[in-house]
Amino acid sequence: MSALTLGRVALAAALLGLLAAPWHGLEGGFGAWPGGDAAPLAVLLLDGSRWWLWPVVALLALAAAPLLAGRAAGGMVAGAGLAIVALVFLQGQAVGMRGLAWPALAPLLGGAGPQAALGWGGAMLLGAAVALVAAGLAQRGRFGGDAFIALLVIGCGALLLLFVFLPLATILSAAAVEDGRFAPGALATRLAAPEAWSLACLASHQGCGVVWNTLLLAVLTAVLSTLIGLAFALLAARGGVRAQPAFRAMTLLPLITPPFVVSLALIVLFGRTGLVTTALWEWFDIPRSRWIYGLPGVLLAQVLSQAPISFVLLEGAVRAIGPSLEEAASTMGARRFTVFRTVTWPLLRPAIAACLLLGFVESLADFGNPLVLGGDFDVLSTRIFFAIAGARHEPGRAAALALLLLALTLGAFFLQTLWLGRRRYTTVTGKGDSGVPSPLPRGLKFACGAVAWPWMIFTAAVYGIILVGGFVHDIGRGDMSFTWRHILTGFEVEWQSGPEFRGSAWDSLFTTIEVAAISAPLTAGLGILLAWLIARQSFPGRGALEFMAMLSFAIPGTVVGVSYIMAFNEPPIELTGTATILILCFVFRNLPVGVRGGIAALAQIDRSLDEASATMGAGALQTLRHVILPLLRPAIVASLAYAFVHAMTAVSAVIFLVSARHNLATVYIVGRVEAGEMALAIAYSTVLIAVMLAVVLGIERVVGRAQIGRRAAPVRAGA
Amino acid sequence: MDGTAIRFDRVTKAFGLVRAVNEVSFDLPQGALVTLLGPSGCGKTTTLRLVAGLELPTEGRIEIEGRDVSRLAAAERRIAMVFQSYALFPHMNVLENVAYGLVVGGQRRQAAETEATAMLKTLGLEGLGARLPAELSGGQQQRVAVARALVLRPKVLLFDEPLSNLDARLRRRVREDIRDLQKRLGLSVVYVTHDQQEALAVSDLVVVMKDGRIAQKGTPTELYEDPADAFIADFMGEANVIAGEVIAAPGGPGRIAAGGAELATLLRAHPAGPASLAVRPESIRLFAADAGEGLPGRVQRAAFLGQTREYEIETAAGMLFVVVPAALPAHAEGEAVTCRFDKVIPLRA
Repeated sequence: MSALTLGRVALAAALLGLLAAPWHGLEGGFGAWPGGDAAPLAVLLLDGSRWWLWPVVALLALAAAPLLAGRAAGGMVAGAGLAIVALVFLQGQAVGMRGLAWPALAPLLGGAGPQAALGWGGAMLLGAAVALVAAGLAQRGRFGGDAFIALLVIGCGALLLLFVFLPLATILSAAAVEDGRFAPGALATRLAAPEAWSLACLASHQGCGVVWNTLLLAVLTAVLSTLIGLAFALLAARGGVRAQPAFRAMTLLPLITPPFVVSLALIVLFGRTGLVTTALWEWFDIPRSRWIYGLPGVLLAQVLSQAPISFVLLEGAVRAIGPSLEEAASTMGARRFTVFRTVTWPLLRPAIAACLLLGFVESLADFGNPLVLGGDFDVLSTRIFFAIAGARHEPGRAAALALLLLALTLGAFFLQTLWLGRRRYTTVTGKGDSGVPSPLPRGLKFACGAVAWPWMIFTAAVYGIILVGGFVHDIGRGDMSFTWRHILTGFEVEWQSGPEFRGSAWDSLFTTIEVAAISAPLTAGLGILLAWLIARQSFPGRGALEFMAMLSFAIPGTVVGVSYIMAFNEPPIELTGTATILILCFVFRNLPVGVRGGIAALAQIDRSLDEASATMGAGALQTLRHVILPLLRPAIVASLAYAFVHAMTAVSAVIFLVSARHNLATVYIVGRVEAGEMALAIAYSTVLIAVMLAVVLGIERVVGRAQIGRRAAPVRAGA
Repeated sequence: MDGTAIRFDRVTKAFGLVRAVNEVSFDLPQGALVTLLGPSGCGKTTTLRLVAGLELPTEGRIEIEGRDVSRLAAAERRIAMVFQSYALFPHMNVLENVAYGLVVGGQRRQAAETEATAMLKTLGLEGLGARLPAELSGGQQQRVAVARALVLRPKVLLFDEPLSNLDARLRRRVREDIRDLQKRLGLSVVYVTHDQQEALAVSDLVVVMKDGRIAQKGTPTELYEDPADAFIADFMGEANVIAGEVIAAPGGPGRIAAGGAELATLLRAHPAGPASLAVRPESIRLFAADAGEGLPGRVQRAAFLGQTREYEIETAAGMLFVVVPAALPAHAEGEAVTCRFDKVIPLRA
């Protein structure tokens, strides 16, 4: 794509946005077009109500002159684009919903009336301006003179700035604002508040600060889930156990389970009227209690979700240890346990450290389980939620708590980078190693079994409850007679000249599937493009782009949710209450996994393929389309599946962003739990798991067929 | 051979502080084959990538057929390259691979495939169009890569170590095929290799590189017969480098002294005085110990190789490695011999 073409297309888009598309966000629909609140900017300029935007027209003309004449004036084009972006944003900040927001500009913009958020017209103009910047820079020879690369880099950069960096910056500044004024003192007070750091629990019966609660929970979850995962990994890889299907099910289930569903099952089992509690009461006279609500319950739920992930990680690490290393040790006369202690264990240590850190970070980010099971035991993520959604709306306090949570997470990631930076543990590969893995020492195998098998039964019981719970009268009180009642409440369909979805859950299920189905391809597409830019192109600012793309991985969902409502609640960008904000939130939260996957997949594709394509005259876009994307198909599909499933199971970020019109399944289920409708919640969870299982299996089938297709090609190597 | 296909004018490519290619200049006449030769890390592949446009020079000027392409991207240079790994697209069949450049260049698919089929036939690959690259042998893959490059009618064809992925017996044949094709189609070719024999066999012009600079350039015979220094002498086939003295070297027959003996030999013009002398193993002749003038020595090791015999001879000038035709009388290990030199190369450095 030549820079000139890109510039002209951008110009056309800008004109369209200027002349036709409604400048502001629509409240009423297109009915009033081209007047009223659907008026395009051209109309608003002519009637004088947005006279301060006239420079936009001048800037467009400035860029148009050289573009239409075919002259190379990259600097001017890029400058005009940049100026348009700056002007539109600044005027949006200066003149808000309540009229002039910056009193300093009163002499200039004295009569400016209130204006609503930007709409399609504004979005088109801004997009076109960004494209102008890209075209201008490409004309000046930046990005190897390739306008396509320039557009991708500038466009992705702008999107990441807007939807990753801006919300973070907003939350940072919100923590330092009190009563609408900047107050650094308030920030210090909030960050050092006793609610966060109190150590009262050591001396009295009062609770400790949320930071300590959060840390305690995270450390316990990390240690326990790693230990259980390790026991499973050793059994699966070295134990000579024939139970692969059970192990596989263990690894698949947490993928497709909304994080808090485990909590529901735990309440059903161990709550005051739970099945186990009742049995213990009736058979052993052990009094009923509410022990499950609090640290033990949340810990149990988190370990249940995290242990399988640890298992997958550690099993890979155990299998990657070349058996010949262990064989070498045993030929030198070491006994089984000595081999394990001196060879296997030291080689596993880095993976175990990574696993601990992951468990720690996941526990910090978890919101659903503490919300359902926490009781009086508050952690940072739930405290942030109640600071926003509770009786007293305190955005400043929420922002400060979010900063503390962010600091903990980033601290953990920092430790991990330090650790990974110090030692590389990929020096051990399983390649070309024909040895036979040495079996576990007998004592160790016994110990692993003692941990793994009861845990497996426990997990099975938990998921069994989820399966059964939706189909019995009242599992919470032990009434186990079969019924369709709960499924019908949620998913009744009546047939009156076409289906009518009368069940209470349909709306949220449809919204969820719709949002997941829209955001998944966007996530996968943007992720793969970013991966390609980062892995295969060299341009100034590549490091910054990669950092921003990966940043949202380290931001807990609760923080993202709070930051999104703070950043996108008021003009110039007002998205709260729309489905768009849900989609954007999912796209940018799930992006890092797609980027990582894409980079890893690209590392497998020899660079000479790109270069061969280039020497044959293909531009970057053609190489991407004909060579890279077809070869990346498995990574794209994996990224699609991940994005879809995570969009369906997420709670923490979106619980802040849903609205009456756009509710999501997970949030609906949490609402049912809070209303005490446990059975409906479980029934809905079952349906959700079924939908995701269908999607994941369907996707696996497609990928599987692709691989078989490649393998089935007959290999006929001739002379 | 009219005009210049490629001109390198003091081209430098720096990666950070490392100058992978340092002020390299050479001209490739149209229709000629130039080999970039050197040990690994000498900058020969970077030079090739500079021609291709896969790297842009830090300094200097690159011309292809008179046009300055120093700032042009690979896609705009009208060159074609055969990669060391062949870089065949694994998800396209042979025909699609060969037609790829034509299709992305804007040709209709059908026309492109007709042209590609014709090119496959030229290279003896007819009937393989529907195969995937993975289903071909190494030699066939190599020819597909060549077909894919040639179908674009490039101004310059580049080869990056094209024989390194073939087994030893195929190499000679493919090497001859490439040379034939180049002569038949009058192609201008840049060819990178680290194998001096390969370079001698196929080239019109050889450019030997070392540490990012050109160590010497010339025809294969010039480089072999007249190496500039010990590095070239040793790199272009084996050479015994001994310390000695040039007594008289007017060009042609002359006299040298080495290891306390004085010998008559052929050598190029050189001022009289102490010098490093390179002697090729095949220009040493062995005689009986009492055969008169020559450098006395003793056979340390003898090996029979069928066509030739190889000896290591200990002399006062150092150990000499000698290759003689097997038809000549054999010398036993431990036997005293006299060495005479047919030809000696006095080295400049």
